[in-house]
Amino acid sequence: MSSADSSLAASLKPGPAEATAERALLSEIDVSTRRPVFFFLCAALVWLLAGTAFALIASFKLHNPAFLGQAEWLTFGNVRTAHLNSVVYGWATNAAFAVAIWLMARLSRAQLRHLGILDVAGLFWNVGVAIGVVGILRGDSTSIEWLEFPAYATPVLFVAYALIGLWAIITFRFRQPGHVYVSQWYLLAALFWFPWLYSIAQIMLVFAPARGAVQPLVNWWFAHNVLGLWFTPIGLASIYYFLPKVLGKPIHSYYLSALGFWSLALFYNWAGVHHLIGGPEPAWVITAGIVASLLMVIPVVATGINHHVTMVGSFGRLKDSPTLRFIVFGGVSYTLTSLIGSAMAVRSFNELAHFTHFTVAHAHHGLYAFFTMVMFGAIYYMMPRLTGREWPSAPLISVHFWFCAVGITIYVVGLKIGGLIQGWEMIATTTDPQTGEVALRVPLFLDIVKHTLPYLVSRSLAGVMITIGHLAFAVHFVWMLLQPRAVAGTQPVRLSPDAALPASRA
Amino acid sequence: MNKGPLLFLGIFLALAFSWTGIVLTNHLTVGRIGTYVDADTGTAFPQAVPGLARRGKLVYQELGCIYCHTQQVRRPGFGADDLRGWGERQSVPRDYVQQERLLLGTMRTGPDLMNVGARPLNADWHYKHLLDPQLTSPGSIMPPFAFLFETRKIVGQPSPKAIQGLPPQYAPPPGHEVVPSHRAEALVAYLMSLKHEFDYPESIPVNVSGGK
Repeated sequence: MSSADSSLAASLKPGPAEATAERALLSEIDVSTRRPVFFFLCAALVWLLAGTAFALIASFKLHNPAFLGQAEWLTFGNVRTAHLNSVVYGWATNAAFAVAIWLMARLSRAQLRHLGILDVAGLFWNVGVAIGVVGILRGDSTSIEWLEFPAYATPVLFVAYALIGLWAIITFRFRQPGHVYVSQWYLLAALFWFPWLYSIAQIMLVFAPARGAVQPLVNWWFAHNVLGLWFTPIGLASIYYFLPKVLGKPIHSYYLSALGFWSLALFYNWAGVHHLIGGPEPAWVITAGIVASLLMVIPVVATGINHHVTMVGSFGRLKDSPTLRFIVFGGVSYTLTSLIGSAMAVRSFNELAHFTHFTVAHAHHGLYAFFTMVMFGAIYYMMPRLTGREWPSAPLISVHFWFCAVGITIYVVGLKIGGLIQGWEMIATTTDPQTGEVALRVPLFLDIVKHTLPYLVSRSLAGVMITIGHLAFAVHFVWMLLQPRAVAGTQPVRLSPDAALPASRA
Repeated sequence: MNKGPLLFLGIFLALAFSWTGIVLTNHLTVGRIGTYVDADTGTAFPQAVPGLARRGKLVYQELGCIYCHTQQVRRPGFGADDLRGWGERQSVPRDYVQQERLLLGTMRTGPDLMNVGARPLNADWHYKHLLDPQLTSPGSIMPPFAFLFETRKIVGQPSPKAIQGLPPQYAPPPGHEVVPSHRAEALVAYLMSLKHEFDYPESIPVNVSGGK
């Protein structure tokens, strides 16, 4: 750390006595959140492993269709859908609940109260997800993308969510007076937006279906906003909290934070209809969606600059802090995947990339390389403070990071190349110079299928790597819990023992 | 931004914006499009799907066909859906007004199925394709749906529904026959019912560039 940085940080940090009092207060708040947050993290981990298993089966099936081909409950359409719903509502949402409750309590300087209701809500949420996933495997899927849980599973999910969201908002309501931090804006927004989206989508698609072409509009208004208005704000709230926390210096610019937040709030919720470009929908809605998708460049660039400038001068810390490593990987992925996403909404590029594996790669770039990696980083920070134990093994953290980071990179790059080939072959034409007749360059659809096979295999390879990373994480998580609790004064685990640890972390 | 209510108001208005624009506005406009009565024949289009095909649609949903097959045709000149034989005109909102659940799809690992019923494929082809796609389309990555068929002992007369002409590795043992289950019959009826060939006033291709 340069001297300029440390003096800036020192000028903004409270003195030693206040720091001790502050730490004691946070520690008390952490203790009050322990039970529900710990429950959500354990549930998240179980769903992560289940979702990974479904993903591997689905991926193998796509280049080897006879694999487990006899079992109806494991047919591709079921197992792929079970994967999506267990990682989205099982892993990612449980992790988001844990982070949101923990962050909200800490930032509001308020202890969590009436934990019993939160426990029940958490239990109901996970029972709902389990019923939903089993329902999908039984063939009860609604066949509405991102909303496949059968109608008998969703009401309990909605009630559970409403209670959990309400609890975080009540915590905010009982905050200590003073500054409301940017992470709290994102948390509040996400916790309010999701139940709105979910209830409207359930009503207009499942319980009282809207007529005709309204359904896909509602479907993609919901499905894209699950990413944009639920996972993205939780992910960004985490980056905004952990980045300055680990570095021991404030976020670069308040105004960029505000610009990033309000432009995201305004533009993201219109962007979803870009999934229907070329589809049977009014042209003006599609165009509005494309415009909003392009305007998303504003919040993405503002947030990216804000995080990057905060990070400048501290890149050396990536060597020793596991949290920082995962968070920075996630932050960079957020910028990349969002900019590519905006490009995908442009009609000329959409003509090529729509309906192909490119979109699948893009979805994983967002939900995995960004959101999941940020959640891993958050968990590495939270667990020692919740359990009073340190992570026992630096090498296992390294295995987790590198297998997941390299795995998802191979996944995204490989499948995007495959998607581009698929998209190009699907639409490429030649014009006969004599007759002027237009013909397809690759007339046989099966040829396109064959040309994408190597990339589907690369996806399975990447999937195996990611699975190894997840198993390392799970083993480490359980190992940590089996350890005796440290009495006091533990040292945080560092990935590189030689890297100098700044005084702020000691 | 330290005022909770103000923050909350902004958060509320942000989503209210697209909820009004995308959901409510279209619910009140696109959602009111009805069938079109052809002046010559007095028939209303699109026509309702017959009963067996209706049940077949549920099988289509149960098996997750939507994750690899779309049911929407892009306009000629945008993509190459017309050249691939998936439909001569773009799909319009009116094509879907009889459907309780829309299965538009977003992925074309397999071909579009908006007009698969208009293609020269008979029920026998569909049954074989479902039994194992390699029978009709070698190299396909579609999963086999053999669990929709039953291999059973021939009692009395062979069933008229039995699949004929299976190659040796798929053929049933002597004295047995392979018969589609009721779900397979429904699914094939649904697939063969998929065709949207009637031209609505709004579906006639417009030459956007102006020249002819």
